[in-house]
Amino acid sequence: MNSAQIEIQLIASLVAIACAIPGTFLVLRKMAMISDAISHSILPGIVLGFFITHDLNSPLLILLAALTGIITVVLVEYIQKTGLVKEDTAIGLVFPTLFSIGVIMIAKNANDVHLDVDAVLLGELAFAPFDRLIISDFDFGPKSLWIIGVILLITISLLIAFFKELKVSTFDAGLASALGFSPVIMHYGLMSVASVTTVGAFDAVGAILVVALMIAPAATAYLITTDLKKMLLYAVGFGVFSAISGYWVAHWLDASIAGSITTMLGLLFLSVYLFAPNKGVIAVLYREKQQRTEVLLITFLLHLQNHDELEERHVNHLNEHINWQKVRSKTVLDLALKNNMIRVDENIVSLTEKGKAFTSKAIDYIITNEDAQIEDMKDDFFLFRG
Amino acid sequence: MDLQEYFSLVFTDYTLRTITLGTAILGAVCGMLGSFAVLRKQSLLGDAISHAALPGIAIAFLLTGAKESNTLLIGALISGLIGTFWIRGIITKTHLKSDTALGLILSLFFGFGMLLLTFIQKQPNANQAGLDKYLFGQAATLVESDVWFMAIITGICLLVLLLFWKEFKLLLFDADYTKTLGFNTKFIDILITSFIVLAIVLGLQTVGVVLMSAMLLAPAAAARQWTNSLGVMVVLASIFGAFSGVFGTAISASQNNLSTGPVIVIVAGVFVLISFVFSPSRGLLFRQIRFIKNRRDLELHKTLAFMYNIVENHDNISHPHAIKILNNFQGYTKSTLQKLVDRNYVTIEGNMWSLTETGFNTASNLYNQQNLNNE
Repeated sequence: MNSAQIEIQLIASLVAIACAIPGTFLVLRKMAMISDAISHSILPGIVLGFFITHDLNSPLLILLAALTGIITVVLVEYIQKTGLVKEDTAIGLVFPTLFSIGVIMIAKNANDVHLDVDAVLLGELAFAPFDRLIISDFDFGPKSLWIIGVILLITISLLIAFFKELKVSTFDAGLASALGFSPVIMHYGLMSVASVTTVGAFDAVGAILVVALMIAPAATAYLITTDLKKMLLYAVGFGVFSAISGYWVAHWLDASIAGSITTMLGLLFLSVYLFAPNKGVIAVLYREKQQRTEVLLITFLLHLQNHDELEERHVNHLNEHINWQKVRSKTVLDLALKNNMIRVDENIVSLTEKGKAFTSKAIDYIITNEDAQIEDMKDDFFLFRG
Repeated sequence: MDLQEYFSLVFTDYTLRTITLGTAILGAVCGMLGSFAVLRKQSLLGDAISHAALPGIAIAFLLTGAKESNTLLIGALISGLIGTFWIRGIITKTHLKSDTALGLILSLFFGFGMLLLTFIQKQPNANQAGLDKYLFGQAATLVESDVWFMAIITGICLLVLLLFWKEFKLLLFDADYTKTLGFNTKFIDILITSFIVLAIVLGLQTVGVVLMSAMLLAPAAAARQWTNSLGVMVVLASIFGAFSGVFGTAISASQNNLSTGPVIVIVAGVFVLISFVFSPSRGLLFRQIRFIKNRRDLELHKTLAFMYNIVENHDNISHPHAIKILNNFQGYTKSTLQKLVDRNYVTIEGNMWSLTETGFNTASNLYNQQNLNNE
């Protein structure tokens, strides 16, 4: 590993951390798409800043671009407040228009602007180490490393200083304003941080990767934990892991670093989406299947209790009358037998004492409809556990 | 080339005619289907799908090695559909909200697409140039067969829309009711979503991945301001879309260095802005005017009621009073007083005012009506 490689990985990891922190709050506040909007609409700000400073890394350009990001948020909110269209339509209208203005500004001045839309949107991390910060002949390392480092420092200190306020206003805006924290300030503070981070990171990794780095680690972490601090930590961890592994994938495939970091994020999300212990798709599908059987079982037991006639209690009746498939009725019968709820004599099903007690409790539950009762019932009768 | 020259060239010049027709058709079909996207609160789905289509284009190219636009669009369609159903899966199966799901699919698919595109660029295949036109779109690359293809797809969309009009409308406004009526809501839902994806994929070549969502939304959002009827809205949106296409092409052709996609989007944005401000029933301008008018009426009534309260205590209703006593009353202004005089409710002599007969009657009725309303 040479020094340029280490620097690239360092920049990528810092960007990942700087994005994961505001990203977590954006995901929790259901404003993930705002980051997409900001990442596109900073383009006119960048172009304008570039006309003035002629330097992609100048602080003035970053400020101007971040300002455009905040203007986007304000515009979206203004349009939404008029009630003419919904919030998502407002977002979808504002950012392509601003982006178009940026593209046209570049196109009209193509001769004196060395700025490419591709570069803004996609970035090129591989070139980042070549643009170095040199003060009086001393090399301080790549400029983008310094920029993103400063942004990260500001983000972390803001996070530590306002953690409590952020937490309350994210989960209970009403309580936050009752306690005297202005939700508006929190909102715009977060938006400013997101905006500045996007701008600071775009030149290294491109606008789209910024969106991916903001949303994907946070969403992945949200599938695993519901604790805010853990979620932040996991998001940072996922971000850094994808940044470093993505770099090596890009190295191996000789392809875009930003693209492969995003792909790693995607793979990470896909595996968590499928296999997360409680919230993954497989777990959810299994639980849904279990709950379906549970409901079937209760229906079946209630049916048995309501009918004394032999023909209503015949095993075949399940298939014919209640219209269950053979496999399904067998599952339910087996489950009931295993839990000692029923007795089967010559294909006639009848409830045991335990089954009767369970059924009357089930009726209680259905009448009162309180969740607390069914939990007790499961414990009482070792449903799905014995 | 100025605009006039453009319009005379449209009918004679092959390239201009093709591009103008293509963007017009695209605008129309986007407006048509965009209306449903906007009303179903799926506005940002367009953004997500257009980004999600990129890996499909790249994979289609990797598999076939050809740059034939129809094969690439089929790839885009497939990956767009996968993206759409994954978004739906995330929303229904996990506790992640729709905005997170959209942002995730958008950025992850797009990043993967970029990875593939850069990978392709390194391949020793001279044919790969021009794939990145799908990023920002190049209307100039449209040829006549593309326009025919678009027209056929638009025809199919129109046909399906007319056939399932009742079902689409019902599902749009009352999904539960549709289900109880026995319609297969899942099928209708998938049908309309697939057509939205199709429209987006069609537009990729012309306006590109990034700006496609505006193409879908803007005409529909503009049309929504002028009507409350779905049918009128769909027609209006198609017209707005087609005109943004034509005007956008015209403007970009008449200037140097202007790519068509962004100009079309800005023209559509102008349509939206005009609709937001000037629509008679919902527009901001008329709403503000109505608001001011209502406030004036209210002030007028307040002043009249206040005068009535003073006059009530006197035997002679026309007994003059000083204007001064109105001064600490907040509804009073010189102009409202003048208005009352114009309406013949009040007469003014020097510094004194007095209520006329009509003014007194109106005021007493005003009072009664308010009382009645309060009860």
